[in-house]
This record gives sequence, C-alpha cells and structure tokens, in this order.
Amino acid sequence: MENLSLIFAPLFSYKLLIVLFFGTIFGLILGVLPGLGPTTGGALILPFTMTLDPLSAIVLLTAIYCAGTYGGAITAILINTPGTPAAAATCLDGYPLAQKGEAGRALGMATVSSVIGGIASVIVLIFFAPLLANLAYEFGQPEYFALAIFGLTMLASIGEGSPIKNLIAGAFGILISTVGKDFMTSIDRFTFGVNELTEGIGFIPVVVGLFALSEMLTQSTLINQIFNRVALKAVKLPSLDDYKKTWKTILRSSGIGSFIGVLPAEGGTVASLIGYAEAKRWSKKPEEFGKGSIEGIAGAEAANNAATGGAMVPTLALGIPGSATTAVILTGLIIHGVRPGPDLFREQPEFLYGIFGSMLIANVLFFVLGFFGAKIFARITLVPNKILWPMIFAVSVCGTYSLNQSIIDVWIMLLFGVIGFFMRRYGFSVVPVIIGLILGELVEGTLRQSLVIFDGNWFMFLKRPIALTFFILSLIALSFPLIKKNKKNDKI
Amino acid sequence: MNDDQKSKGANKSLPLFYNDSFIVSFVIILLSSILLYFTFQFDIVPPILNRGIQPATFPKALLILIIFLTIITYLLSLKNSWKKQKKLPTSFYLTLSSFILFILISKFLDFFLGISILSIIVSFFWGEKRILYLLLVGIIFPLFVFIFFEVVLGLRFPAGIITNFYYS
Repeated sequence: MENLSLIFAPLFSYKLLIVLFFGTIFGLILGVLPGLGPTTGGALILPFTMTLDPLSAIVLLTAIYCAGTYGGAITAILINTPGTPAAAATCLDGYPLAQKGEAGRALGMATVSSVIGGIASVIVLIFFAPLLANLAYEFGQPEYFALAIFGLTMLASIGEGSPIKNLIAGAFGILISTVGKDFMTSIDRFTFGVNELTEGIGFIPVVVGLFALSEMLTQSTLINQIFNRVALKAVKLPSLDDYKKTWKTILRSSGIGSFIGVLPAEGGTVASLIGYAEAKRWSKKPEEFGKGSIEGIAGAEAANNAATGGAMVPTLALGIPGSATTAVILTGLIIHGVRPGPDLFREQPEFLYGIFGSMLIANVLFFVLGFFGAKIFARITLVPNKILWPMIFAVSVCGTYSLNQSIIDVWIMLLFGVIGFFMRRYGFSVVPVIIGLILGELVEGTLRQSLVIFDGNWFMFLKRPIALTFFILSLIALSFPLIKKNKKNDKI
Repeated sequence: MNDDQKSKGANKSLPLFYNDSFIVSFVIILLSSILLYFTFQFDIVPPILNRGIQPATFPKALLILIIFLTIITYLLSLKNSWKKQKKLPTSFYLTLSSFILFILISKFLDFFLGISILSIIVSFFWGEKRILYLLLVGIIFPLFVFIFFEVVLGLRFPAGIITNFYYS
C-alpha cells in the first residue's frame, strides 16, 4: 500500500508532471524522425538534465524512452520508414494498411497496443525488479562477472545482424572502456600521452558519435531520397471487431516484450521482431501478414513498448543495461550520483517508485498525445534533412562539450561518428559497442577482483552455482544464433 | 535473380583487394595488431602490487579475441559473400570534409564559427540554396544554442575570435 502511494506520487508533483509532459513530447518527436530515436535523443538531452534533480532527470529520460519507442510507429505507418529500429516490424503491415486508406485505423491500433504493452511491462518492472534486486544480494564479484559475460554474450543474438560481428562490436566497446588510467594500478593504457585520455573515454561522446553523427553521415548519402507520405485524416480507436481479433496477440506480445526486455542487452528491436513473428505463427490468417494485417501491427507494437519496462528491470536492479537506451539512462543515473543495484531498492524506494509511476504516466500521456497529435507529429517529418541535421550537429557538439567542457570529447564524438558510419555500412551494429562500453569496467573489475579472491585460480568460478548458471546461459546465448541458422537452413 | 543476389555475385567475382570483407577484415586486424603492439609497452606492475592480472592482460585478451573473430568473419565471407555496397556519393565526402574543417576552425579560430561554417556547408551541399534558411541553420540556430548553453546551463565555451568578443 505504501509502495502504491509512492508509485502515484509523481501525479501530485507539478514539477514531475511538467518534466513528463515535455519528455513525452520530445520522445514522440525523436521517435517520429527517422535516424534519431530515444537512444540518440537521450544522449543529446543528458547534459541538459544536469540542471534537474536526479529524479526529474531520470523521469525525463524514461519518458523519452517510452514515447520515443511508440513514436517510431507513426513514421513506420505513414512513410514506410521506421522512426526507430524497434518499429521496423510495424512497417510490414502498417504501411500496406495505410496505403489501403486505413492509416487512422493502423495508427489507432499501434497506439492502443503500445500503451497496453507499455503498461504491462511497467507492472512487470514493479513486481520483478525488487525480486531481482533481492536476488542480487547473493551476488559477489564472481557472480557479477558471470552476469556481465552473460549480458555480453546476449549481444550475439541482437537484431538480424551477424552474431560474430555483434561480438566483435561488443569487444570493441569493452576495449574503449580500457582507455585511461587502470583503476586498480593507475597505469596508463592507450592514452598516447594525451592528458585528457587518462580519465578514459566518456560515454556521451561515443553514443552521440555512434548514433547521431554516424546517422548524419548516412543521411548525407541519401539526400535525394523521397518519402511517399500517406495522408492521415485522424487516428481512429480500434473497433470492437479489431479488439476481438487482436487481444490475444497484444497480451502475448506484451509478455514476450517484457521477457525479452529483461534479458540483458536485448531491447525493443528484438522484442518487436519476435512479437511480430509469434503473432503471425498464432494467427488464423497468417497469409494476411505483410499485406496490412491489424494483428501484425498489434504484435510488433505491443512487444516493442513492453520491452521498455522489461529493459529497466536489470538496469535498476543490477546496473546491467537491458537495451541501448537504458544504457543511456544508466549513465544518467551514474552522472547524478545514483548507483543502481540492490542497495538502491533498500535506501531510496521513493526514487525507484517515482520512476515506476512516471513510466505509467508517460504511457498514458503518449496515448493521449499520440491519439490527438499524431497528425501534427507526422508533419515533423516534413522538416528537410538539409535543415534538420546541421541543427542536430550544433546540439550534438555543444551537448558533448558541455559535460566535461572538453574539446577532446567533441573530437572523440566526430571520430566515433565516422567509425559508426563505416560499422553500419558493413553490417556491424553499433548497439553492442554501447553495451560493451558500459559493461567494460564491470567485466574487468569483477574479473580482477574475483581472481584476487580466488588466488588466481580460474576454476573457482565454476564452484560458484550462480556464476556457473550464468556461464551456462552464456553458452546457450552463444549457440542460439547457430541453432536458429540451422533451423532456417532446414526449412529451406 | 534478384538485386541482392546479383550484387552478392558481383562482390564474389571482385579481386581480393576490392572485396569489402577483405578490406574491412584487413583494417580491423591491422588496427588491432597495432593496438596489441602498444599493450606490450604498458608498464608492468611488480608482483606485490599486482591485483589479479597485469593491466595489459585484459586489453591483450580483447584484441586477440577481436582478431580471432575477424578471421572467422572473413572465412565465413568466402562462403557467403557480403552485400556489395554502393559507391559513396560526393555529398558524403563533402560532409566528412566539413567535419575536418570544423576541427581546424574550432581549434585555431573559434568553436562557434566552426559550427556555423559546418552548418552552412552541409546545408548548402545537401541542396539548400535559400539564403534565409542558410542563415537560420548557420547563424540564428547556433546563436540560440550558444545563448541557451551559456545562460541556462552556465557553460563557458572555448576561447575564440567570436566567443572572446562576447565574453569581453
């Protein structure tokens, strides 16, 4: 009961409500604009959060996360271009349905299923995060090391990219985290005599570079691209018939999305693809998928929004990001002096339940704003890239500079922009780099401390049941893409 | 035969040095090897201060892993070649060059002048020819950003010919 009052506390704080409102609007704008999205947006807004108190800052980031994930559906349905990677599966049926003159119906279903998925996942978060945090009390350094390894091996199954390329990108991310003074011995590593590098490479320059700047370079190759926008009169609430067709799909995808979200490193993109595939598998009319199936939209959208709450579970309970955007939120927590983990649940419950409550409210807010404002948000895509991207560049550069007031950070951001562009061009996802970077210090730190505990005996890891379980799960995570590939080949 | 298959086939028939998978793998392995060389230059901690492993061990292991995985990726590409990428357009090289120009201007002249010039160049070469819009992205918006960061966040930007004028 006490926790329930903590959850709804943000409703009675006008400051948090204002932050939520602007966070939701900003999230929707970011979600609508192809190439941006909650991860880039969160990274860009992070320096601005320094003027806010920790709770308001994290509430702002989570509102952007929830609304941005939904916002991607608007562009996916109206211009056949996913505003965010998580909305890629929504294009498959959303755009064909919009072409049939039913854009309002498609957006209505996307909005309703996103809200249901989002709220279901917050409920999962409220019940599951404290349980996981309690379990984490049993974790020592070896267990955290094994958990971080599990998180990294999960990178192998991110999205549709090559598992090995994802692992290379993840290892690259960890390698970046080793730059600077070694935290245990103060020995310089990869600093090349540059003083500013002794503090290491910051998270924000890398994220802004890999996401925003690399996208700017990608957009420079697409300047002649023309979008065919489908006309939208108004968003329509789903009919009773549509609800009958989709309620099972929405519930199933909400479950799938929440579960996928909880897994370290996975996120909305994987959730929506699986949600969509399962919706098709269970559908009575699978032949309609790809031609404007309302179940397809519901399956993908409920799953990607359900992943938002799910991904917050390991982020808050263990300090292990559940997705790229939660890696940004995790950085926000650290910047504001909040250390995620079991102690947070014991010492600052009002902070945590404030986040949970804000996520619930953000879901309701984007329902209202999406329902009545989708037409206006869709118009944002009319801002030409030749105007939009130079502006994003200005904000990226100033935002990156502002955190440490370091020009080196700006150059690092530019360098990672170029690296990110070529990575994406040759099929390497940039998400594993971010996850690797944020887990890097944890992996190395816990490994070295474990070896001190074990007196250098590596086999002692196998004598710790929880650590052993995570290692076995890691092996499964690594072999899963191979099994999936073999299954695919069998079908062919 | 669809376009994808055609392009895959085209990539397979290319000589080794023009093959994307070869070039990318070669670059990754080369850079990793250079970094691996540097790890041998890291200071060695005496056994009494050493906790667990040497500071160089972890980066070494990562670089060896990257090289190993890259070799596997390349060998797999011999069986299933990568999709052939289109040639990069001039607009890409112009945008990339504007990044370098930005670094030079922000280092030697002024941070905000760098942002303004990059914004105008990018906007112009991406097709914006209207003066009003170029002024919007090149002067009005950076000025707005400057004032916002300066006033709201209390940030002090690096010295330069324009910023010095403002600060003085």
